[in-house]
Amino acid sequence: MNLPLFRVQDDPGPDFSQLLRRSGFAPPASPGGLAPEDYRHGTTCVAIRYADGVLMAGDRRATSGHLISQRTMEKVFPADRHSGVAIAGAAGPAIEMVKLFQLQLEHYEKVEGTALSLDGKANQLSQMIRSNLPMAMQGMAVLPLFAGFDLSRQEGRLYEFDITGGRYEEADHASTGSGSLHAGTVVKLGYSSDMSIDRVIDLAIEALFEAADEDSATGGPDLIRGIYPVVATITADGYNRIGDSDLAERTQALIERRRGG
Amino acid sequence: MNMPFYVAPEQVMKDRADYARKGIARGRSLVAFRFEHGIAICAENTSSTLRKVSEIYDRIAFAGVGKYNEFDQLRIAGVRHADMKGYAFSREDVDARSLANQYAQSLGQIFTHEMKPMEVEILVAEIGHAADGADDQLFHILYDGTVVDEDMAVVLGGETEAISERLGTFEPGVTLADGLQRAVHALAGPDRTLEPASLEVAVLERGEQRRAFRRLFDPEIAELIAG
Repeated sequence: MNLPLFRVQDDPGPDFSQLLRRSGFAPPASPGGLAPEDYRHGTTCVAIRYADGVLMAGDRRATSGHLISQRTMEKVFPADRHSGVAIAGAAGPAIEMVKLFQLQLEHYEKVEGTALSLDGKANQLSQMIRSNLPMAMQGMAVLPLFAGFDLSRQEGRLYEFDITGGRYEEADHASTGSGSLHAGTVVKLGYSSDMSIDRVIDLAIEALFEAADEDSATGGPDLIRGIYPVVATITADGYNRIGDSDLAERTQALIERRRGG
Repeated sequence: MNMPFYVAPEQVMKDRADYARKGIARGRSLVAFRFEHGIAICAENTSSTLRKVSEIYDRIAFAGVGKYNEFDQLRIAGVRHADMKGYAFSREDVDARSLANQYAQSLGQIFTHEMKPMEVEILVAEIGHAADGADDQLFHILYDGTVVDEDMAVVLGGETEAISERLGTFEPGVTLADGLQRAVHALAGPDRTLEPASLEVAVLERGEQRRAFRRLFDPEIAELIAG
């Protein structure tokens, strides 16, 4: 791989996707019609805003048609220090999109010397989803949630997207994926703007628990194997993933409550 | 028929080298050294926005002296090279040695084939994974593509001999404060003192975080050089 030096008029600037195109990395070929069992699907994620920032959570199941293809998939990722992205949809393109998105943000930051604004980051993700539209038309849609701590406004913000790249900022909470209807309803009913971080984590766990109860493609907590959802908070201090032991305790408490104990 | 004047290749190379060296000597110098937790780079730079020291990748930093637009162009090419390599292969496959070689190739090519050589000297620094810093690396690349693998400390820019002499030799295990005091003293010389506002300092520090590059801001620099 040689040193990418460009003439001034051909310079791709701080845009990493543009750099890849200029350097001959071909965009992924659009395949013919694929059946759902031919590729992996990831499902339910939620994002909730609270006083100190935002929380993102996602279940761990990936399916191929009616089969469970992975029990430990991760769908919530840090995008950079102060933002995160959660994915639902075709797993292959989604993970590739996250990887490119993370690189894009870091690349911009290094080339320009400053980080993108939160709106700028959301806009970048929007463009990536739009460029995936041909694949989405064949069933391989990627529908992420984007959330982060806006350093200029000093508050958490979250965004939903549709497959055309449409970007919709939500005020309090958002959900995506096949179990999003159930998870979203639980969050909606349990939400209040003055929730403590403890309450927010419990609400997210409960939302995913209910989604798993109703939707076959959403995985519930797996107490035998010790697999719990990925839950992360994004505040002024940055992205922080909640540890599994904490989640195990909270899940146990939720189960006790359900038993009426 | 017009005959072009014959100029001996030795003379051409010498003229170009003199030209590049003069350009580099006009700017201010910088010092990089290894300390107990990684590598520190200390540059004399009155601007707080036009940087001489920057991050290339997780464990790799870049520093340049000479003509700003030229070393900045090289810096961006380095970021692009590293990010594309990490994208195509894996993050751990991105290393300073191959980047230094790429820089050397480009600078060598420009030195012999272009109208004018680049008036820059650059440094590619990388911290390894060994806790004692045994595999930390400092690559010093000159305007003509010469690569020098430096050991403990290096000076880039004009007056390197005088600065190196004041800097002395560095032993392994120097603290950041100690190393920085010596670097600032060496850059300043006997007749002046350098304030934190006219210094640009950044470190590559071994630790838990993926991105090891960190800039030091004026209050922290002041505290370190006050001892």
